[in-house]
Amino acid sequence: MKKTDKTTAVVNKIIPFSSVDGPGCRTAIFLQGCNINCRYCHNPETRALCSACGDCVRACPGGALQRARAAGGGLRILWDREKCLGCDTCIRICPHGASPKVRVMTPFQVMERVRRQIPFIRGISVSGGECMLYPEFLTELFTLARQEGLGTLIDSNGTIPFRDHPDLLEVSDGVMLDIKAFDSGDHERITDAPNALVLDNALFLGERGKLYEVRFVIAPHLYDCEKSTEAAGRFLRDIYRDHPFRIKLIACRPMGVRKEYADFRSPSKEYLERLREVLSRMGYREIIMI
Amino acid sequence: MRDISMERVNTTRQEILDIIKSPTLTHEQKMVCLAGKADSLLEVMDLPEGLDELLNAPIETQCICDLNEGHAPMRPRYIAPDYEKFLKNGSAFLQLEPPTDLFEALNALLIIYKHVPSITNYPVYLGQLDDLLEPYIDTVDEKTARKLIRLFLLQVDRTILDSFSHADIGPKPTRAGLYILEAEKELEDAVPNLSLKYEEGVTDDAFMLSAIDCALHSAKPSFANHLMFRRELTDRYVIASCYNGLPLGGGSYTLCRLILGNIAKRASGIEDFKTRELPRVMEIMAAYMDERIRFEVEESGFFEHNFLIREGLVERERFTAMFGLVGLAEAVNILLEKEGRKGRFGHDQAANDLGVEIMEVIDAFNQAHVNPYCEVTGGHFLLHAQVGIASDVGVTPGTRIPIGEEPEELIDQLLVLSRFHHYFPSGTGDIFPIDVTVHRNPEYVLDIIKGAFRKDLRYLSFYSSDSDVIRVTGYLVKRSEMEKLDAGNAVLQDTTALGLGASKNGKILERKVR
Repeated sequence: MKKTDKTTAVVNKIIPFSSVDGPGCRTAIFLQGCNINCRYCHNPETRALCSACGDCVRACPGGALQRARAAGGGLRILWDREKCLGCDTCIRICPHGASPKVRVMTPFQVMERVRRQIPFIRGISVSGGECMLYPEFLTELFTLARQEGLGTLIDSNGTIPFRDHPDLLEVSDGVMLDIKAFDSGDHERITDAPNALVLDNALFLGERGKLYEVRFVIAPHLYDCEKSTEAAGRFLRDIYRDHPFRIKLIACRPMGVRKEYADFRSPSKEYLERLREVLSRMGYREIIMI
Repeated sequence: MRDISMERVNTTRQEILDIIKSPTLTHEQKMVCLAGKADSLLEVMDLPEGLDELLNAPIETQCICDLNEGHAPMRPRYIAPDYEKFLKNGSAFLQLEPPTDLFEALNALLIIYKHVPSITNYPVYLGQLDDLLEPYIDTVDEKTARKLIRLFLLQVDRTILDSFSHADIGPKPTRAGLYILEAEKELEDAVPNLSLKYEEGVTDDAFMLSAIDCALHSAKPSFANHLMFRRELTDRYVIASCYNGLPLGGGSYTLCRLILGNIAKRASGIEDFKTRELPRVMEIMAAYMDERIRFEVEESGFFEHNFLIREGLVERERFTAMFGLVGLAEAVNILLEKEGRKGRFGHDQAANDLGVEIMEVIDAFNQAHVNPYCEVTGGHFLLHAQVGIASDVGVTPGTRIPIGEEPEELIDQLLVLSRFHHYFPSGTGDIFPIDVTVHRNPEYVLDIIKGAFRKDLRYLSFYSSDSDVIRVTGYLVKRSEMEKLDAGNAVLQDTTALGLGASKNGKILERKVR
């Protein structure tokens, strides 16, 4: 399962009703695979694609996993949903940060799963992993979603240039963009990647009114969040004036984080409140703290 | 009046003494219980053959339940006065002139509430409060209006000691409606129960978001599908008691309920249930309800003498009755098991289909049964998905999916519910505890309500999984008050005891959080 066809995606899961992936009630679709390596990643099993090593097959207590030869000749892990106990042993022991419980799906197949939620949802949000690893898939999926009158949002780490994907932006309502640190050195220490592209994306999207939300992950144990928030706030202020967006301050929490990175304390409510205050003094209006 | 045995008299005398000595009943609660005991000694109704066995049985086998209406009903169970008329005309009996400002309007309402009877002895309907108060809202400044409304609601909670008391607002946004929501959000009290009548395109989103914000703090308002209710009951309808849709200026004479699971236990299989056992029990329950209604209308004197009738605040012709049911889930599961078929209500297509078939049988029976005193609803009773009572064990309210068996995904639950809500003009509803993160995204709840009402769901309630005020089955209680009562202390509201019973017998604290 190393490579996927351009118009399919490896889907980790679909949450029918999500309250935390954009405005209102939305179906959230999580795609598998990520191009950076955030120390505090809350779903580390979405980072890599399965290499079919078979470790999980041996460990599965329900016998729900099997290694088999795929049509193309390569090995792959088959997951039997009926036998699965939902214990997540496979995810815990995977040495690659992948999951065998994924499905390769076409945009049409995903849309079938979305349709069931109409009319309860106002849109879909695609997240990951990093969903921008599948731009053609997103373009097709969003085109189908818009035909049903649904909104379309992208949740991205911002490391893939949006200016290369005008067709996708055309069918997207906007992007929920992470700025994991304003200083590139900090960003690289947290994620293994510099942030020049992230900031470029922020301006590019912001100027076009396609920046729906900017997210700061507040992790004081990793970087100076006050300094970073203030600098990011100054950086974005000009585009905010013409095209306001929402800011989300996300308190980094140890739940789901890999053991070696999970030994930290979440920032306090007061700490978040201070950051909110900094931004609100700069004129930012809609600031959500979670 | 028929004689009763001395043994029954003596049992009742002992029960009366127990009530008098009870450490956990307040004075008012004792008075109500004593009145019930007096009434229980009467035998004045002509009861249908076969009723005794179905009615007077333990909860494991009981098939018909009259929800403690007593042996000689002296007033309709639910009364929904036309308070607008009262405010317009004043009342000769209460010696009140029509109010001229907000002070007088609120004062007049608090006075009349004391004189509106019901099964609980407290008014189960407090009026369409926003429409009632909006005309007076400019008679004082805004700050005073907010304070007066807040004090009014506080007084309602502390003196109407039963959370089956229900007020309505909506569908149009009003200042009065907004002040009510803002006050309730802060008060976090159990009384009054509150419904917002919602209609897409009429109720604006901003008003709804205030209502949802309020609901996530105080478990109210609930949301009623206005379009659906007014199609069935016209614009002159109210939501009273738990979630009962009833004609305004009238109400319901009586509410009895079928305990479907226990009826299923008597049947040999699905066909026997649908063609023999269920129809027989329905015949007997309908005859029993007819007789109760006859006594109320022809003998009790309520409809000749009560001031509400005399002043035209209710009319006999606007009363109907509620043909209730509980335990559809148990009935379906029991019948499938008897047939050796797989499937569980709420989860499998075949089980849900059987649920619909059973509802069709009940609906057809009701449409064919005629009562001469239910003119307002075409001579028929209205179906009602009853929410259960504190002593129910192993009985799921109405057509709900049992607590603990809710589908993993809310969407799956909603799609099941959408097949059943439309049968019940006199009320049904479902309740969803919501995770606190939704406090930051109230539009999530708004979208679900909009979608649900487009799918013909009737009535939805939400509360925050961490809030003190919670919805038990249809009414509200405070967790903190239940704890006091459980520790052996008397508490103000009688519904706290019902909530405590339901939390022990009905698993209401274990609903799946969404």
